[in-house]
Amino acid sequence: MKYLLVEDNHELANAICSRIKLDGHVIDHADKLEDAIAYSDTGEYDLILLDIMLPDGDGRSFLKHHRNRKKDTPVIVLTARSQVSDRINILDLGADDYVTKPFDHAELDARCRAVLRRKSGTTQPILKFGDVSFNPLAGQLSIKGKMINLRNRELRLFELLLNARGQIFSKQKLVDRLFAFDEDVSDNAIEVYIGRLRKHLEKTSLKISTHRGLGYRLDDD
Amino acid sequence: MTDKIQVSGSLQNRLMVTLITGAAILGIILFFIVRGYAAQIAQNGQDDILEASLSSILDAAVIHDGTVEVDFPYASLSMLDTKLDDRVFYSIHSDGILISGYEDLPISSKINSEISTFRTIKYKNTTARVASANRILIGEKERIIISVSIAQTQDALSRTLNTISKNVALFGSGFFILVTFLSYWATATTISPLMRLASSVTKRGPQDLRPFEKEVPSEMFPLVTSLNKLMNRLDLSLKQSEDFIAEAAHRVRTPLATVRSYADATLQRVSKKENRDALRSMVRAIDEASRAASQLLDHAMITFRSDKLQKELINLNTLVQNLIINFEPIANMKDIELKFIQISSVEINGDFVLIQNAIRNLIDNALKYSPHDGMITITLGANSGSCLEIQDQGPGFPPEELDKLTLRFTRGKNSNGIVGSGLGLTIVQDVVNAHNGKLKLSNHEIGGACAILSF
Repeated sequence: MKYLLVEDNHELANAICSRIKLDGHVIDHADKLEDAIAYSDTGEYDLILLDIMLPDGDGRSFLKHHRNRKKDTPVIVLTARSQVSDRINILDLGADDYVTKPFDHAELDARCRAVLRRKSGTTQPILKFGDVSFNPLAGQLSIKGKMINLRNRELRLFELLLNARGQIFSKQKLVDRLFAFDEDVSDNAIEVYIGRLRKHLEKTSLKISTHRGLGYRLDDD
Repeated sequence: MTDKIQVSGSLQNRLMVTLITGAAILGIILFFIVRGYAAQIAQNGQDDILEASLSSILDAAVIHDGTVEVDFPYASLSMLDTKLDDRVFYSIHSDGILISGYEDLPISSKINSEISTFRTIKYKNTTARVASANRILIGEKERIIISVSIAQTQDALSRTLNTISKNVALFGSGFFILVTFLSYWATATTISPLMRLASSVTKRGPQDLRPFEKEVPSEMFPLVTSLNKLMNRLDLSLKQSEDFIAEAAHRVRTPLATVRSYADATLQRVSKKENRDALRSMVRAIDEASRAASQLLDHAMITFRSDKLQKELINLNTLVQNLIINFEPIANMKDIELKFIQISSVEINGDFVLIQNAIRNLIDNALKYSPHDGMITITLGANSGSCLEIQDQGPGFPPEELDKLTLRFTRGKNSNGIVGSGLGLTIVQDVVNAHNGKLKLSNHEIGGACAILSF
């Protein structure tokens, strides 16, 4: 996925960029309205993260420009204003969703997925591995033509392991990536999800192996 | 603010009182002038007849053999007949000696003048008009002054005057009543642009600070100009303070977001338990702070709007559906299912922003307290009423605290570890009160909290 981040605070922008890169996405950063318009006019993006208050103008004028150019790239607004009327206003102007600063990355990630799922329709990317085909946005796993609907956590876990095949993930790392910050989760919870995934992946070329003391790894035989 | 304005009289009343008082004074003056004029004319009429009668008597006086003889013409008295039989008195003096008539009737003092004089006197317990005149009769040898006075009572005259007065008074009262109506109409017409301005300002919502642009009379122009200037300044200062709040929120929240994002990224690399716990505590504190700020602002906004609800017809089905779409990603994160059961279509008349905020708070609470893989059931329109039920599978409300949870900054005993401000249910209760609705909190038999909103 290719993201465009429009945010004038460089510290925050760095933090968001590094977090999004961690999930294997590409991200461009614009720190003013002028650049944001130039980037969005020339580049093709899957998703735009937009700060409303920018040094050279209002992010809302970017939204207007964006919608006037008939671009349907979804936009998620990062707003510091939490008041109800502001929220309604942002959605009326054509934003697809918003998160209020400060936000949980897990929430931002979840909202990005939801927006992409709503917007992309039939053009969703499908990953294929032998008998297994996987649509990450719809959360659909198809094994030998049989559709299996994954729950959100199973989906996130599978996607994580799939995108970094051959790499070992510790339980802790998986917890950090799968759960929101304020959730207290025991490491055993991961075992439950790994167990469920293994069950789905039986009789396919994909195998999840346990490496004692280190973690889990997905291999494509 | 309204309490401090002292109302001193009404412009319309003041104008009316002035106009009516003026009309009353004019009416009274008119009455006296007309009455005086009528009295004058009536008196002149009586005087003319008296004078004619006087002359006819004087003309009849001759000197015969050195003595005065008066062949009293009857016409001189019959011409004085009135409908009310006014009494007539006369006296004839010759060189000051009474020849005939009443001795006590006054005579003309102007000895050498033949001009008639008129006086009104009290005579025999009544008012009488006296005409007197002298004439010098020249005989062969002598010169005799003859003085004649004729008096007539004034019964007929005063009756005529009374009739005229009565008519004038009647006419004056009619005129006064007419003027009262006219002044009411005139003041109402004059005052109506002012009332229109007032009602158009009153009708405006609290946010409407547009200048007043309708046509106004020239006298009101300075007032409306000042009013528009004031609105303009108010609008500007409101916008400035809104911008200030937005700017302040931006300045505070952006660094918080930076800290939070770095903490999040750092957590991915840190494995030591105490470091991880410290990072988590830090993030929790940030979340608490930003949550409290949002809820305080929302609470303030709701208190402000409760006084002046901006009501419209709201379809609760659509409203809840949109909220669920908005909450879906968060619910997904915990694998919580949001189940929406729509028994009937529910429309209510209320303030959209407030109602949405209240329902958002209830769903948000349910999500926060729900366990992983749980289900939140939202039922709309049960029991054929406009009632919304939100039920989770969490720990439920502490039973002994049920009636205190809607108090400001009160949180249940079992809220440890869950980010909150203690304002969520207060907001819901305030919104419900403003709409004359009901909020019922209970625990479901099979566990979990249940909140029922009814409007």
